[in-house]
Amino acid sequence: MSLVYNQDERMLVDTAQSFFAEQSPVSAMRAQRDNPLPLGFDPSINQQIVEMGWNAICFDESYGGLAFGHKGMGGIFEAMGQHLTASPLLSSVVLCGTILQYFARANQLSSDQCQLLEDIISGDKRLALALDEQARHQGAQVGLKACSVNDGYQLCGDKVLVMDAHGADALIVAAKIDDDTEMSLFLVPADAGFTQQNLSLIDSRQYSRIGFNGVNVHADALLGKAGTGQAALAPALDLGRLCLAGEMLGACNSLFAMTLEYLKTREQFDVKIGTFQALQHRAAQCFVELELARSTVISGFDLADAIGTHSTDTEQQAAAKSLAIAASLAKWKVGTMADMLTREAIQMHGGIGVTDELDVGLYLKRIRVAQMCLGDGDFHLARFGELSG
Amino acid sequence: MSDIELFRAQTRQWLEDNCPPSLRTPTPEGELIWGASEVEFTSLDQRLWFERMRDKGWFCPSWPLAVGGGGLSDEQVNVLESEIRRLHCRPAQINLGIWMLGPVLLKYGTPEQQQRLLTPMAKGEVRWCQGFSEPNAGSDLANIRTSAQDMGDHYLVNGAKIWTSYGDKSDAMYALVRTNPSTSKHQGISLLVLDMHSEGVQAVPIDLISGKSTFCEVFFDNVKVPKDNLVGELHNGWPLAKLLLQHERSAMSKFGEFSLPTHFDLMSLVHDYLPQPHSPADAALHSRVLACDMEERAYQLTVKRMGEEARASMNVTGLMSIMKLVHTEQEKVKFELLLDVMGYRALGWQDDSFSEQELGITRAWLNSFAQTIAGGSSEIQLNVIAKRILGLPDKAKAADNKSTNQTKEEQS
Repeated sequence: MSLVYNQDERMLVDTAQSFFAEQSPVSAMRAQRDNPLPLGFDPSINQQIVEMGWNAICFDESYGGLAFGHKGMGGIFEAMGQHLTASPLLSSVVLCGTILQYFARANQLSSDQCQLLEDIISGDKRLALALDEQARHQGAQVGLKACSVNDGYQLCGDKVLVMDAHGADALIVAAKIDDDTEMSLFLVPADAGFTQQNLSLIDSRQYSRIGFNGVNVHADALLGKAGTGQAALAPALDLGRLCLAGEMLGACNSLFAMTLEYLKTREQFDVKIGTFQALQHRAAQCFVELELARSTVISGFDLADAIGTHSTDTEQQAAAKSLAIAASLAKWKVGTMADMLTREAIQMHGGIGVTDELDVGLYLKRIRVAQMCLGDGDFHLARFGELSG
Repeated sequence: MSDIELFRAQTRQWLEDNCPPSLRTPTPEGELIWGASEVEFTSLDQRLWFERMRDKGWFCPSWPLAVGGGGLSDEQVNVLESEIRRLHCRPAQINLGIWMLGPVLLKYGTPEQQQRLLTPMAKGEVRWCQGFSEPNAGSDLANIRTSAQDMGDHYLVNGAKIWTSYGDKSDAMYALVRTNPSTSKHQGISLLVLDMHSEGVQAVPIDLISGKSTFCEVFFDNVKVPKDNLVGELHNGWPLAKLLLQHERSAMSKFGEFSLPTHFDLMSLVHDYLPQPHSPADAALHSRVLACDMEERAYQLTVKRMGEEARASMNVTGLMSIMKLVHTEQEKVKFELLLDVMGYRALGWQDDSFSEQELGITRAWLNSFAQTIAGGSSEIQLNVIAKRILGLPDKAKAADNKSTNQTKEEQS
């Protein structure tokens, strides 16, 4: 247990910082906004991420992973947030990869599915998670039906927002089989016949609405056993939440740096506006909130390392619960901090703050989407209460 | 075995042999031992532990042997502190002099002062208090008016200090006094030590909204102070004051560590006082409780992170600067919430119909208001963060530069 990077993690994070600064600066996101990329991310950047082995960081060596731990991953997301880099690292690698690894560790994957996990890690294949059915994230609560038919299942229902579904090789779909109360996860190939409608969102990345209008899948599309989706999904979602928290933290770092710089250079009433105590105190409060939020993020990633390393079920459940509490704490804390930071960054920049010319708006838009994905502040506050009460 | 490991083994053994088992528990409120001319012990074990630690020189383990210290290296002090923590030994005594004035005297005191003042301090024979704030010098500390007039063979001190903790129980005070009233306010200040038993010194306890307090107002009426009680240079006490204030922050955190003010666990009190299932009003309150609890966890994680970063030799100045502010501001919110949760049960002043805990929470709520003012108000903390950590420009300096520039422009 540790809340600081070790030497290897520090090196990784430094490398990520300079890589994204050089290869994927904010200007790249602005260009992507003006000329949308079909996949929502730059494939050449993604290719380099893969080549540097960053897909593999959190995975077991037996599946082609590096078993490097999660803290480094947190640092990479922070760096991506700092430079507003879009990548399928969250949608495919962290979310879908973690789900598949869960089933793989339980020896519940076919050899094809195992291969798919390795292909995700090696960057040869890409998956997307189809979960949310309402305008606000509801955790693992789903209503999408998977009706048993002769040799498999027929899927009926809609997923309202799926990250990076366009061009994905397959979807992992959360659904309930027949009259089950518990949720199951299905691996649905891209050519299964679902409908996909692109959504143009404020953060210029790729999102789709996916319709399952009686889509037939083979029996072996079911991952693990029927009704066990929740246990596999939970740690993946929590990890995803931490990655989003890390990304927002990075974005806020940049916002704060830009704002401080502005306070030190902009002059009004013949003095630098940073000399005004009204602004000094608000800037200091931003610093305080950033540091508090940072502690919750690194603590969450620290706890993520404990997942899957315990031998007994009780220990596993305790570790999963600690991670869940930490992830909700981090997403809530970073979320409230990010609300404050974005408000203050714009306000302290004054008129220029609301112009498109300034990058602050790009950060605001990405942060707002990241806020809503995988549970907003209220969701996580309530969840924290349930879990820790 | 390396030298330091040997030292660790010996220290561990010594503590095992010498720290009475009854003192290996957190110190209850009111049982802290203060080094003083007349130490008040409440048990024989306390006296034994005090005397044994004193004789080792471990009240101030890093100080030179010559002035009654332990003569330990920094590394050895770390080992000693970690072994004391490991065994949960209570502090044998606490003393503001050792934490605050001592380091300044070691650096700036004359050999004679070091011998005269540090040795009794190190032996726990003198209780020290601090005379900084005045009625008209709170956040603006440099505005002090208490004067020390040069009378040839002594100084004559007149004025008043306020917020002096334990002023009525202390033997000696280190005080900031004005020795030159005719220069700018940061100049003309000197650091003086004085005997609280001198004629003309009167310490009056201050009642707060929370009731009795340890704070005093201290009045000086023609108090004679020997000239060799001046610490450092005459008129140049301000830099020493700043140095002392830096020690104040670590002293306060040490004090917090030792005294362990009763911790009220928000969530368990909510469990006890809020009926289940929640009414709509309870549910609204519960959301605020959760947010408060989450903020507190974020703070605790930050404390932990700061410790780990410090051990990893990272720069923690930024983190240190936010701690007092965050903690005291959070406590105010937390106690307000606790009062909301407990309703009428938290409105008792002194009455058998309220539990000790309920009365304690009411007093702690009242006391929480003082915490964001004492020891550098929240506004001062924000100033420090803005200027020293974030490097935001100083208005006074900006104005100075401006006028200098203007003058230059006018001249050219």
